Amino acid sequence: MNPEQILFILFGAVALIGAIAVISFRHPIYSALSLIVTFFAQAGLFVLLGAHFVAAAQVIVYAGAIMVLFLFVIMLLNLGTLSVKGVMSGKLKGLAIILGILFAAEGIYIAVNALNDTAVASAEPTAAAVTTTTYDIGELLFSKYLLPFEVTSLILLAALIGVIVLVKREGQEEN
Amino acid sequence: MENMPLLVLILSSVVKILIIVHMLIIGVMVMIWAERRVSGWMQDRLGPNRVGPQGLLQPIADGLKFMFKEDLIPNHVDKPLYVLAPAMLLVPALVTVAVVPFGSSITLFGYEIPLHIADINIGILYILAITSLGVYGVVLGAWASNNKYSLLGGLRSSAQMISYELTLGLGIIGILMLTGNTLSLRTIAVEQGAYPWQWNFLIHFPAFLAFTTAMFAETNRLPFDLAEAEQELVAGYHTEYSSMKFAMFFMAEYMNMIVGSAVTVTLFLGGWHFFGLENVGGPVWSGLISFGIFFLKTAIFLFVFIWVRWTLPRFRYDQLMNFGWKFLLPVALTSIVVTGTLWIMTGSRLIVGIGNVVAAFIVVSIVAGLLVMNKAPEPAIQDDDSRFAPTALDAIE
Repeated sequence: MNPEQILFILFGAVALIGAIAVISFRHPIYSALSLIVTFFAQAGLFVLLGAHFVAAAQVIVYAGAIMVLFLFVIMLLNLGTLSVKGVMSGKLKGLAIILGILFAAEGIYIAVNALNDTAVASAEPTAAAVTTTTYDIGELLFSKYLLPFEVTSLILLAALIGVIVLVKREGQEEN
Repeated sequence: MENMPLLVLILSSVVKILIIVHMLIIGVMVMIWAERRVSGWMQDRLGPNRVGPQGLLQPIADGLKFMFKEDLIPNHVDKPLYVLAPAMLLVPALVTVAVVPFGSSITLFGYEIPLHIADINIGILYILAITSLGVYGVVLGAWASNNKYSLLGGLRSSAQMISYELTLGLGIIGILMLTGNTLSLRTIAVEQGAYPWQWNFLIHFPAFLAFTTAMFAETNRLPFDLAEAEQELVAGYHTEYSSMKFAMFFMAEYMNMIVGSAVTVTLFLGGWHFFGLENVGGPVWSGLISFGIFFLKTAIFLFVFIWVRWTLPRFRYDQLMNFGWKFLLPVALTSIVVTGTLWIMTGSRLIVGIGNVVAAFIVVSIVAGLLVMNKAPEPAIQDDDSRFAPTALDAIE
């Protein structure tokens, strides 16, 4: 086993354990923290793939900003411990079972496919040799993917304005 | 570095890590001493001067006191997070320093050893990513304490950090546009020339001011220390902490300051360059001199941190938010637009520098004008507050 494989197994295991912990903890704060651990492990996986920029973006955006807002909301609402009975009742239970079966089937399908696919199984781990720099990404974003990039920014801008409009309370004076 | 045997690489890295981490920890102790002495000097009193020469051993006495104090864990806290929180604040402060280049390079035993722990392609993004994690220590410590003052401190701190993080990130973009095609801190330091007028702080002066201010906010220092405002929140997020756990919060604050100063020196103040002095002497001496220059610049910047703390009063919460979103953020954004446009059009750093200052001045005037003209009668909630707030502060707003 080379160091990259060891690191891959390490990060993969941490990501999985974190993900299981998210749904196992009864308390929302602990779940949120486990999710952060998972994000971190994922960032590690991105680094192994040579995608340093994506790894940094993952930590900045998800672990650094979005999860802080999650924690913020959980703390402000002062959510207590969730009970399984309260959540798993009635229609939700049926839906959960159906989605769970679908998800498990998908996972098994992908795993079996990957094992049978000799190209994947015997492929040399060359990914780490190719490092995508921020320069490459910037170049692509402003040439080949200019339109998707601009459209995404417009959508985000629309969301931003929408939030401000919604949050502004009725009857409140302008400015 | 490519032709270096693996053993030498590992050995030199370990030595560098040991030196830098210990310098950070000793730096924290010196900073605590300096803070108390400088504040004493500024307030025309002595400060601690009994333990050791000039009171230099005072931080050691403080440390001993912290260690031998009872490590209290109140019954009502959320124990795992309560214990974890100080470490979650301290670790980001420690690991950020890994990408900061603290000198050119030094040749020992025939190997050229660059003076940084790791030079990664995404250096700045790494720093932004890790600093954005520092907020968890504060927020979790506040929540786990199960105390309303702590929680208020934590909420304030997280809102503040999220707001100022934007300015921190945007302030750097101007530099990136004029620096090669990498985010590596070493490249940025190298590309700034040897002379002060080539350094980034003159070319991007408004961005430099915005970045520094945001840095103060990120370190939770006065005038941004709303998270622990003693007069309002007892001690804010670390109210329930005692002994070494409190000391860890304390150390993390100072460590953040030191790392923040080092980053600012690298990005804006020319790194280890100073009038070509860094090239004097042989391959060994020039490395040591460059390290010394970097060290001195960081120390001077740290003095500014102390200076500001004992000069400015604390912001009120709405002033904090107004300042961050209505002044710093527009200034940082303008600096991006102006730098990009002028650089493409003229390609002259001088014009970019002048244009940046002029544009920032115009933007600040416009925002200030708009705020003054549209000054609405304060909403009912704020009226309650302003009864207690000094009116002089209102005037600033």
